[in-house]
Amino acid sequence: MAASPAPSTVHRAVIRVEGEQCRCEGDWTLAGIEALEAQPRAVRWPAGELRLDGSDIQAIDTTGALCLLTVVADLEQTGHSVRLVNLRPEHEALLDLVRERRASAGVVPPPPMARGALELLGRRVGSHTRHAIEFLAFVGEAAIALGRLALRPGRFRWRALFGNIETAGVHALPIIALLSFMMGVVIAYQGGQQLKFYGANIFIVELVSLTMLRELAPLITAIIVAGRTGSSYTAQIGTMQITEEVDALRTIGIPPMDLLVLPKLLALTVVLPLLTMFADAVSVFGGMVLAQAMLDVSFHDFLDRFPRVVTPISFLLGIGKTPVFAAIIALVGCYQGFQVRGGADSVGRHTTVSVVQSIFLVIAADALFSIILGGIGLWR
Amino acid sequence: MALSANPADAVITVRDLRTEFGATVIHENLGIDIRRGEIVALVGGSGSGKTTLLRAIIMLLRPAAGSIHLFGQEIVGIGETAAFRLRRRFGMLFQQGALFSSLTVRENVAVPLREHTRLPRQRIVEIADLKIALAGLPADAGNKLPRELSGGMLKRAALARALALDPALLFLDEPTAGLDPVSAGAFDELVAQLKESLGLTVVMVTHDLDTLWSATDRVAFLGERRVIGYAPMRELTQAEHPLIRAYFEGPRGRAAREQACRAK
Repeated sequence: MAASPAPSTVHRAVIRVEGEQCRCEGDWTLAGIEALEAQPRAVRWPAGELRLDGSDIQAIDTTGALCLLTVVADLEQTGHSVRLVNLRPEHEALLDLVRERRASAGVVPPPPMARGALELLGRRVGSHTRHAIEFLAFVGEAAIALGRLALRPGRFRWRALFGNIETAGVHALPIIALLSFMMGVVIAYQGGQQLKFYGANIFIVELVSLTMLRELAPLITAIIVAGRTGSSYTAQIGTMQITEEVDALRTIGIPPMDLLVLPKLLALTVVLPLLTMFADAVSVFGGMVLAQAMLDVSFHDFLDRFPRVVTPISFLLGIGKTPVFAAIIALVGCYQGFQVRGGADSVGRHTTVSVVQSIFLVIAADALFSIILGGIGLWR
Repeated sequence: MALSANPADAVITVRDLRTEFGATVIHENLGIDIRRGEIVALVGGSGSGKTTLLRAIIMLLRPAAGSIHLFGQEIVGIGETAAFRLRRRFGMLFQQGALFSSLTVRENVAVPLREHTRLPRQRIVEIADLKIALAGLPADAGNKLPRELSGGMLKRAALARALALDPALLFLDEPTAGLDPVSAGAFDELVAQLKESLGLTVVMVTHDLDTLWSATDRVAFLGERRVIGYAPMRELTQAEHPLIRAYFEGPRGRAAREQACRAK
C-alpha cells in the first residue's frame, strides 16, 4: 500500500450516504482529504445508530485517520451512535494507532497571544530596565578584566588584538575613504552655495574643516564601524554562544571576557581614532576638490588658510571623543552577543539591536560631549 | 552486488553515482536500490559519504555524474516544479533536528502543511498535534520552542515535522545518536510501527548497532567510495570484506550481535 500515491492518481475522499447506508470511499490521505474538507457538514445523516462502512477506503494515512475520527466524534456530539465497520485490518490498525497516540498525549491548546496594552508596556519597561542594569554589570566586568590584565600583562592575547585591528581597521579603510570623501564634497557644496551668495568663498575652509574635524568625521566613522564591526562582534559571539563554544572556553579555563571582549575593546579603541584621522584628511580633501571646482578656491589658498583657522584643539577635540565611541561600540556589540540564546533568529535579533543601540549611544555621547565642552568654554 | 530485477518495485534507484567536493571524490560508480516498504540503513566509517549520499538523494546536493531515480523519476537535473512535487512525498529528519528556532514545535510541524496544502488553519493545527503525538511527545510540547526541548524531545519533534505530509518515504540522519538507550529503543520501535501501519520506506544513516540489528531489513555498507555490502544484517556481518569485518568485529559489534541473537 502506498501511503501517498502520485498526485495524478488521487481519488478524493468522500462519504456517500444512501438511505441507511453510509460508506467512506476514496483515498483518505492528505491529498484526498483536501477535497473532503467542507463535506461532512453538508451530508444529511440518517437519524439514530449509524454504521459507517469503510470497505471502500482505498488508502489511508494518519491525516485521513484523524479526519475519519473527527467525523465520528462530530457525529457523536450531535447524538448519533457511530460504528466503523468493514475496515481492512491494516486500516483498522492505523486508526487504532492514531486513536491511542492522541489519547495518550492529551490536548493542550496554543496559549492565547493577545495581551493588554498596559501589560505590554509593563513588560517592556521591565525588560529594558533589566537590560540596562545587566549592561552596566557587563561594563563593570570588562573593567575588572582590564584591571586584571594591567596587573599581569603577560597573559594578553596579542594575536587576537592584531587580528581585530586588521579586520576592524585596515579592511575598513576603503569604505571610510569613499564615504568621508563624499561627505566632504556634500558639505562643501551645500555651504558653498550660501558663501558664494555673500562672496565669502574663502570661508569654505573654516566651514568644511571645522565641521568635519570636530563633528562629522568622528561621527561618520563611528557609525560605519558600528554597522560594520559592532554587528560582526555580536554575530560572532552570538554564534559561539549557540554552538556552546563560549561554554567550552569557560570549561578550558579561558575567561570569555579575556579572549573575546578585551582584544576587541582595545583594538577598537586604537583603531577608531586612527580611522577618524584618516576620515578627517579624506573629507577635507573632498572639500578642497569641490572648493577648487566650484568656488575658485585653489588647493594652495585652501592649504594656506587651513593652519591659521584650524587650531590643534579642534582636531584633538574631534579625535578625543573617539575612544569613548569605540568603547561604546565594542561593549554593546559584545554584550549583545552574550545575550544570544537559542537559535539563529536570536543572533539576527541581537545583531540588529547591537547596531541600533550603539549608534544611538554614540550620538547621545556626542551630544553630551558638545554640552560639556560648551560648558567649559572649549567650543570655540 | 546484485541489483533488484524489478525496477518498478524500487522507490530509490541510484546508478553510477559520482559526487565530489572540489578534488575529493566521495562516491564513484555507486549503485543502490531501495524497495518499497523496506527499512534500509546506510553504514560505514566516518567520512565514507553516508550523509552525502542521503543529501544527493533528497536533492540537496547535485552529483557530478550518474543517475538517481526517486519514485521512478530521474532527479539529476530535475526542474523546480517537478522537484517541488517530489519533495511533498518524502520527509527528512536532520542530524541536529534543524527545527526552525523562531517557531514553536507545533508551528514547525505546520510549516510543510501550510506550504503544500490548502487545508484550513484549524485542521492544520489538528494534524500538527496528531503528528506531535505520533512522534511520542506530550501535548504541551507543541507550545514549546526548540531551545526549550531536551535532545531526545528535539529528535521526536523533528520526526513529527518529517512526518507532517504523511510521506511514503522517510530519511533519517542518525536518528538515535545522542539519545539514551531507552529513548533510542522507543524511537526504533516507533519507526517500525510507522512502517507497519503506513507502509513507509525508511532510509537511515546510523551508527547504532542495536538499531541495525532490531530495526532494519537491509543494511548497505559504504566504503571505498561505493557500496561494498548490501544485505540483511545477519548476512552482512558474515561478509569477508576487511572493512566490514573491522566495523562489526569490534567488541561493541559482537556484543550487539549476541544480544540480538539472544532476543530471537
